[in-house]
Amino acid sequence: MSINRRDFLRIAGASTLFGLAGVPAVEEILKTNAEAAVLPGPNALKAKRWAMVIDVNKIGTEEDYKKIIHACHSIHNVPDIGNKKDEVKWIWEEDYEHSFPGVSDEFVPESIEHKPFLLLCNHCAKPACVRVCPTKATFKRPDGIVAMDYHRCIGCRFCMAACPYGARSFNWRDPRPFIKEENKEFPTRMKGVVEKCTFCSERLARGLKPACVEASNGAIVFGDLEDPGSEVRKVLSTKYTLRRKPEVGTGPSVYYVIGGNEHA
Amino acid sequence: MLEMALTGSKRYWTWISFLLIVIGAGVLSYLHQFDYGLGVTGMSRDVSWGFYISQFTFLVGVAASAVMLVIPYYLHDYKKFGKIVILGEFLAIAAVTMCILFIFVDLGQPMRVMNVILHPTPNSILFWDATVLNGYLFINLIVGWTTLTADRKGTPPPAWVKPFIYLSVPWAVSIHTVTAFLYAGLPGRHFWLTAVMAARFLASAFAGGPAMLILLCLIVRKVSKFDPGKEAIQTLGKIVTYAMFANVFLLGLEFFTAFYSQIPGHMHAFQYLYVGIEGHDKLVPLMWISTILALISLVMLVFPNIRKNEGQLAFACVAVFISLWIDKGFGLVVGGFVPNPFERVTEYWPSLPEILIALGIWSIGFLVLTVLYKVAIAVRERTASWPELH
Repeated sequence: MSINRRDFLRIAGASTLFGLAGVPAVEEILKTNAEAAVLPGPNALKAKRWAMVIDVNKIGTEEDYKKIIHACHSIHNVPDIGNKKDEVKWIWEEDYEHSFPGVSDEFVPESIEHKPFLLLCNHCAKPACVRVCPTKATFKRPDGIVAMDYHRCIGCRFCMAACPYGARSFNWRDPRPFIKEENKEFPTRMKGVVEKCTFCSERLARGLKPACVEASNGAIVFGDLEDPGSEVRKVLSTKYTLRRKPEVGTGPSVYYVIGGNEHA
Repeated sequence: MLEMALTGSKRYWTWISFLLIVIGAGVLSYLHQFDYGLGVTGMSRDVSWGFYISQFTFLVGVAASAVMLVIPYYLHDYKKFGKIVILGEFLAIAAVTMCILFIFVDLGQPMRVMNVILHPTPNSILFWDATVLNGYLFINLIVGWTTLTADRKGTPPPAWVKPFIYLSVPWAVSIHTVTAFLYAGLPGRHFWLTAVMAARFLASAFAGGPAMLILLCLIVRKVSKFDPGKEAIQTLGKIVTYAMFANVFLLGLEFFTAFYSQIPGHMHAFQYLYVGIEGHDKLVPLMWISTILALISLVMLVFPNIRKNEGQLAFACVAVFISLWIDKGFGLVVGGFVPNPFERVTEYWPSLPEILIALGIWSIGFLVLTVLYKVAIAVRERTASWPELH
């Protein structure tokens, strides 16, 4: 739905007159426009359940990691606040032991022990964050992506307590002064709301793969988990992979190839 | 009846003024937080709930404890509680008020709080918690006010209020059960993922709430001509004793499961709280104070001779209250977040604005309590010479 200026003013005026009663009308307009921005285009990539396979053995230097993280954080206006307490992050590095607590063995090959893994939202099949959200501000899309409505989030942070992966960040303060170069095509967030990785739903709608996938030189594979012919399924059928905390039953959609190239 | 709270001694007004000053400091701190964001608190990405949510959790217990007066009086016709059941109901009103305020100040976007009602989400425990808390506030306002009005007129309470009184019993249990479910249903937080959480919450509530009531009764007797009654206080003391034993027993069960099974994830939070992990031990002194106070209180409460001395009973009640406040009003929430899902340790300590806001809310609670108790006491003082009504 597109509305012209006159319609908007008419509805907004009426809303002012009727006070609170008009708020849903304005919300409806804003919501429709926001939705229009991410509605799938003609080239949109579609799936029944988006998933990701990350092979950190294919990521070479620290520079390569930084490039992937930067690709995500820069286009999504993720602030760099510079202290751990207020930190906001969508994708980041963590060592093997802390990426897979409870799974990590005492003696593992050097190549695994010290290789950083890339962590992000797992876009779970049964997301605990969605279950606990009191306003449906975080919700699961039909394509498996766990999305956020930053305009509805009340900032209760129940989702952060529920997420077994520490994937969610809260805006403890206004993030905007800490965005180095704002990407005008993606919304910035305000203080007091939760945010996280979106699997680049806005890029998928335009036929592009997620930014981290694009920046990874093939180390991150992205595709439809329910399509036996998809790239992710091909990797999963040939390589040994792990998911983080599968025992909690959330059904994470991010897989990690374990073992160096010698096993490939 | 509220006009009765407008006349009082100099001491009464000094107390009211003191509360108003602390509330003022809390409001100013909140305005700062409202402007800057929750970053003014000690909370972080890893410990994303802190002092506010833990105070809320503790106070839900205080609110629920009114049922420990309602059950004996209304269901078992225990007449000695007739005069003080109103004190329990009014304590519940003050406690629920604080609970709602603590949730509110914890919100990142407080202006959107109505979203919980505009977009009702039954699969969220928080939705149910908001529902049962507001319902409990409503029930206690109706019951407390109606019964007190009837008392003032010297008539029995109207028959229509009876169903609300009976409803308040399961409802009190529900508020604390639902609050426990906020924690006990989360995957990946070992410390909270325990079936005895709601039982533990209720046990600690029925110890901490009545302990506070005993102290309030003793204060009421001191500052007014209304005597809650020696026997009523002693009965409350017995309730505190049983409930505190149940609470410590349930906590012991948690220790056994964690340490006999030796499952690392189950032990971590206890290790962090009681001995520290890798040198991170900010909460260790507090948790041991809680433990020692719990043991002291149990020893004092279990011997009838000690318990029967009101001064010693009061001391034991202070010990119970502080012990539970530390355990549930601090350690329980923080322990769930440390170590974090990556088994890394980020510690938490409340900031000054956070403490001022919390003190402000406690003062609002005490203001509500003082005003309501003032009214109740005024009615009781007038009717003290009248024959027993019920």
